[in-house]
Amino acid sequence: MALTKQLISKNCGKIKPESIDGYIQSGGYEGLKKALTMQPKEIIAEVKAAKLLGRGGAAYPVGAKWEHLLEIPHSPKFIVCNADEGEPGTFKDKILLSQDPLRVIEGMTIAAHVFGSHDAYIYIRGEYLAIQKVFQQAIDNAIAEGYLGNRILGTDFTFNIHITSGAGAYVCGENSALLNSIEGKPGYPRIKPPHLAEVGLFSMPTLVNNVESFATIPTIVLDGGNQYANYGTADSGGTKLICLSGLVVNQGVYEIPFGITLRDIIYNPEIGGGIANGKKLKFFHLGGQSGPCGIPEQLDTPYCYAALRSAGLSVGSGAVVILDESVCVVDYLKGVTEFFIHESCGKCTPCREGNQKVYAILCKLSDGTATTQDFKLLKRLITTMTAASFCGLGQSATIALATCLKHFSAEIEDHLHKKCPAGVCFQEQERAAI
Amino acid sequence: MHKELTNEQVLKIIKANGNSKERLLSILLEIQKASGHNSVDEAWAKIVAQELHLPLTKVYNVLTFYAMFSTKHRGKYVIEICKSTPCKVTKSDEIVQMFEEELGINISETTPDNLFTLMHTGCVGACDIGPVAKIGERIYGNLTKEKISNIVSLYRKGDTNGINQAANF
Amino acid sequence: MSHYQPDPTKSVTLTIDGISVTVPEGTSILEAAKQIGINIPILCHHPDLRVRANCRICIVTAKGQRKFKTACSTEVWSGAEILTNSTAIRDARKTVLELILAEHPQECLQCIRNGSCELQKLAKDFGIQEIPFTPSPLVGELPIDDAHPAIVRNPNKCVKCGRCVEVCQEIQTVRAINTAHRSQHYEISTAFEKNLAETPCVSCGQCVAVCPVGALYEHDDTAKVWAALDNHDLHVVVQTAPAVRVALGEEFGMDSGNIFTGKMVAGLRRLGFAKVFDTDFSADVTIMEEGHELLERINNNGPLPLITSCCPGWVNFAEKLYPELLPHVSSCKSPQQMFGALAKTYYAQTSGISPEKIFVVSIMPCTAKKYECARPEMNDSGYQDVDVVLTTRELAKMLKQANINFNSLPEESFDEPLGISTGAAVIFGTSGGVMEAALRTVYEVVTEKPLGKLDFDNVRGLTGIKEATVDLDGTTVKVAIANGLGNARILLEKIKSGQADYQFVEIMACPGGCIGGGGQPHGTTTVTKQGRMSAMYQADKNSALRQSHKNPAIISLYKDFLAQPLGHKSHKLLHTQYKTIK
Ligand SMILES: Cc1cc2nc3c(=O)[nH]c(=O)nc-3n(C[C@H](O)[C@H](O)[C@H](O)COP(=O)(O)O)c2cc1C
Ligand code: SF4
Ligand code: SF4
Ligand code: SF4
Ligand code: SF4
Ligand code: FES
Ligand code: FES
Repeated sequence: MALTKQLISKNCGKIKPESIDGYIQSGGYEGLKKALTMQPKEIIAEVKAAKLLGRGGAAYPVGAKWEHLLEIPHSPKFIVCNADEGEPGTFKDKILLSQDPLRVIEGMTIAAHVFGSHDAYIYIRGEYLAIQKVFQQAIDNAIAEGYLGNRILGTDFTFNIHITSGAGAYVCGENSALLNSIEGKPGYPRIKPPHLAEVGLFSMPTLVNNVESFATIPTIVLDGGNQYANYGTADSGGTKLICLSGLVVNQGVYEIPFGITLRDIIYNPEIGGGIANGKKLKFFHLGGQSGPCGIPEQLDTPYCYAALRSAGLSVGSGAVVILDESVCVVDYLKGVTEFFIHESCGKCTPCREGNQKVYAILCKLSDGTATTQDFKLLKRLITTMTAASFCGLGQSATIALATCLKHFSAEIEDHLHKKCPAGVCFQEQERAAI
Repeated sequence: MHKELTNEQVLKIIKANGNSKERLLSILLEIQKASGHNSVDEAWAKIVAQELHLPLTKVYNVLTFYAMFSTKHRGKYVIEICKSTPCKVTKSDEIVQMFEEELGINISETTPDNLFTLMHTGCVGACDIGPVAKIGERIYGNLTKEKISNIVSLYRKGDTNGINQAANF
Repeated sequence: MSHYQPDPTKSVTLTIDGISVTVPEGTSILEAAKQIGINIPILCHHPDLRVRANCRICIVTAKGQRKFKTACSTEVWSGAEILTNSTAIRDARKTVLELILAEHPQECLQCIRNGSCELQKLAKDFGIQEIPFTPSPLVGELPIDDAHPAIVRNPNKCVKCGRCVEVCQEIQTVRAINTAHRSQHYEISTAFEKNLAETPCVSCGQCVAVCPVGALYEHDDTAKVWAALDNHDLHVVVQTAPAVRVALGEEFGMDSGNIFTGKMVAGLRRLGFAKVFDTDFSADVTIMEEGHELLERINNNGPLPLITSCCPGWVNFAEKLYPELLPHVSSCKSPQQMFGALAKTYYAQTSGISPEKIFVVSIMPCTAKKYECARPEMNDSGYQDVDVVLTTRELAKMLKQANINFNSLPEESFDEPLGISTGAAVIFGTSGGVMEAALRTVYEVVTEKPLGKLDFDNVRGLTGIKEATVDLDGTTVKVAIANGLGNARILLEKIKSGQADYQFVEIMACPGGCIGGGGQPHGTTTVTKQGRMSAMYQADKNSALRQSHKNPAIISLYKDFLAQPLGHKSHKLLHTQYKTIK
């Protein structure tokens, strides 16, 4: 099995991103042309056959989501592309947006054809301001060439895409907060149900998918769902863009077929190329800050939704952060928790208060004042935040902590006795003692 | 020194965005960018509220919810150092220190000439080139002491070409 | 707009803690559980407000689902098997509560809400004895905003339930306060963290009424009243608004729906007030003045509609947000201010007591009246017309401090003459009451015929906006009534755009009118308001006199002092002018 595969990333870095000509020459817009000859149900059947799971992190089956929305009788229906990409360690949507924006636009246009939509919003994080300009250029060019706007490709199908900029809020990646933000409001998440398919953007039925999910659609329509699914494993269709960062030799974005192992990803020279500076792998953090941490013993797990799930791991956004022996788990978790403290929207108790209390306990561990009682509190916080938080942010904020407590209990307990095996914590205290 | 943004310019920004409530974030981002001090003054927020028929409390909620906004004056250039874990493990702390030394200020402070404000930020999606700094729309990665001195002096000089060339994005 | 609508004609059967229950589609788990005697704890939820589901204390589990559900926000579904009590649920709820308490100042003994606090009650019910989480260093350090004449904000005690925001933004549409910031800095704030006094706040106190804790409350003015009562140079008189007598009993554990006029009067006398008078008296005066103002405007081509002015919360709203409609607002002062002006002139004259010695205390269901009495123009008697305003809650506190067992007080009567009133004045305290009272008098003045049926049923009730057409023996008068400022806004927009051709409009700032005022006992809901309202209409029905112009004390007032409605003296003492407030 080849370790990487260029399906949806094949144009990246190879064509002029916003240029229609370049995109057409590399086979672009064939998917849309074919889709316009197909019935919505036929297209959805292909997406289902493709076993495409949402690439934004929640891994919800795209085909099922589309099927549900199609059944809802009300219109207009809005298409929303989630390009908030806020999960630390994730930068794969950025590659698509900046290097092959027309693929994303084509995917969205096919979705619009399926749902009879006339308007779509793409919510691009504020940090990608420069990319927003490239994307707008691509939209303008598509309109000029008749691939977008009024009477697309000479049919009476009219469809426009509007760019909305974020302004620095990770929680706006959560789909209901995303819609609030597109409406010009603060990104506090909404109560669900009603589901967004029923009451979404401006209270209308709405489809929210990730950039990568949309980018996959032209390929699925063109090659057929089965063909796409075959690139992956039985449960996980196709390929995935993964993002390698941290202490690995080859950082960057790679498109891999589902099913290669974590070891391949981290060590194979075609991909990660091993641990930086000749150090030893200590753990890896998958799917972003909201994802689980894994250890070298799990390296032979195939990278696909089912296998990772049974190993207590997950694909999430596709982030793979590599940590070596110099990293202290407690110190690392402090970094993770600081992120959630910064990004919690603050509206619900478990997440607003819980993250702060988790952080306070981690600080006690790293300065040697924690007690065994604090472990009990951590466990209570994990349970309560996971099961009782309002939205996915609070519900997943302690996943990394929970997995590390499992894998590194000895190291964490050492901190009760002012010992930090990685030599990160207590440095100042030690220096003071000398 | 920059000229204070006039009410007319604020109205122009609002109008260019179609006086539309749903464009509130973009309107405020544009005002902030044009402000010269990287922040949105109360007087402008009031104009925005009035023009968009929004209560001022709603505009204020947006201004305080999103991390990119400030209601307090900041430097002409806001230097944001990513401290999310992928950058943290590639030693973003040291980068903060280097910037602090280079600028002679601490994190969260503004230089006396109001040119730079130094801040932390969350992941900016450039983790493959960590440690990373974001200055306005531009991203600078794989930072070292030399690179930092160079970047700061380019900004001091206002060397737009150099600023763009040195940036990864 | 939303097309997601449950159908309440369909019913849903589910089990909660093993007990089967059938409820209409759209019912929340919380409500369904209540029907079978299961009280799920709540904190952010308020039965009259939209669900926000942000405190997470009401969590339950549903069979087959991993995550908890919040009972307040989750609608029942057919065949659901809900569990409201298990070790896991209790542990998580307790953790949530401890997280709130860890960031909460532990000062119940010095707190205005001691005994009526919903958080304190939860802590008691959960048997909290210690809080395992370390508080953050900022607990209790946030500045208290007490610059507003009526309302104090103590953000340290805020549990971020969002009820006040919902009320101020959506129900009152004043939009003075809102959520701001995020994460640990998430808070309820004015725009740009100004004092509440510098915002459009209209002092309605509806935010205070719904706050579950001591984060929003009225200025405590009881000390001023105690001091006045101790000062033997002063002649301290008290007036009580109509809505106080139907709510005060709730502060002493009685159900709403009863009226406690006699006990209230006795209690006030025991506190040491020299005279116990009644705002109902000046409500009758208001009808005389406002009724004639209406007739004058009808006869002299407007401006119409005439809009009532007895609610100072509404007057503030008009001055701040609808200045262009101020010419429509009746120039009549509110009954409390009319009372003050008359107490320091008419009563001073008839009793021979020098007005400078008269100290007027008002007991009001309202926080806006605290603001109103401090307005600089409210001194037409030559003195500040009303010296201190206390809320229903503050009166209850004074009675408790004076060791008065309210429940065993005898029934006593108001003093004369400013304590004599009619049934028309009693109903001033509920939405539609001013309208009905005015119509009872205007009809007879216009037609010079006795009014057959005194009850105007179509202006009664808690509905937000009511419209009616009244036949004045051939002339029809179109009237409208709004309660709650959001409803008022809808009506005002109609008037502004010329879509409505009413002649007479009644507006009260508080939902339901003064029975739902911002100074009423905590725990007010639609159900308690309903009780207070029916007690009022019962009292009206039982009154010997039910029309203001038939009140003998009013007849004497005009004969001996004012001469005639809208006369020179009336204008000086009982009417006012409005100004635009930016
Ligand atoms: C806190 C939070 C942040 C999220 N951030 C993102 C994001 O940045 N990009 C994204 O596509 N999905 C994000 N998601 C997932 C979205 O809610 C949603 O599931 C997704 O956009 C659906 O698209 P998909 O099914 O194509 O993945 C986030 C979810 C949560 C709870
Ligand atoms: S879990 Fe709660 S506080 Fe956290 S982001 Fe979601 S809604 Fe906001
Ligand atoms: S608000 Fe409630 S819990 Fe808090 S101090 Fe006051 S009485 Fe106690
Ligand atoms: S008193 Fe009324 S207007 Fe003022 S903040 Fe409270 S709810 Fe809003
Ligand atoms: S001030 Fe009171 S009502 Fe408002 S959010 Fe805080 S606790 Fe809730
Ligand atoms: S973690 Fe620093 S840019 Fe992503
Ligand atoms: S009462 Fe249900 S979440 Fe607060």
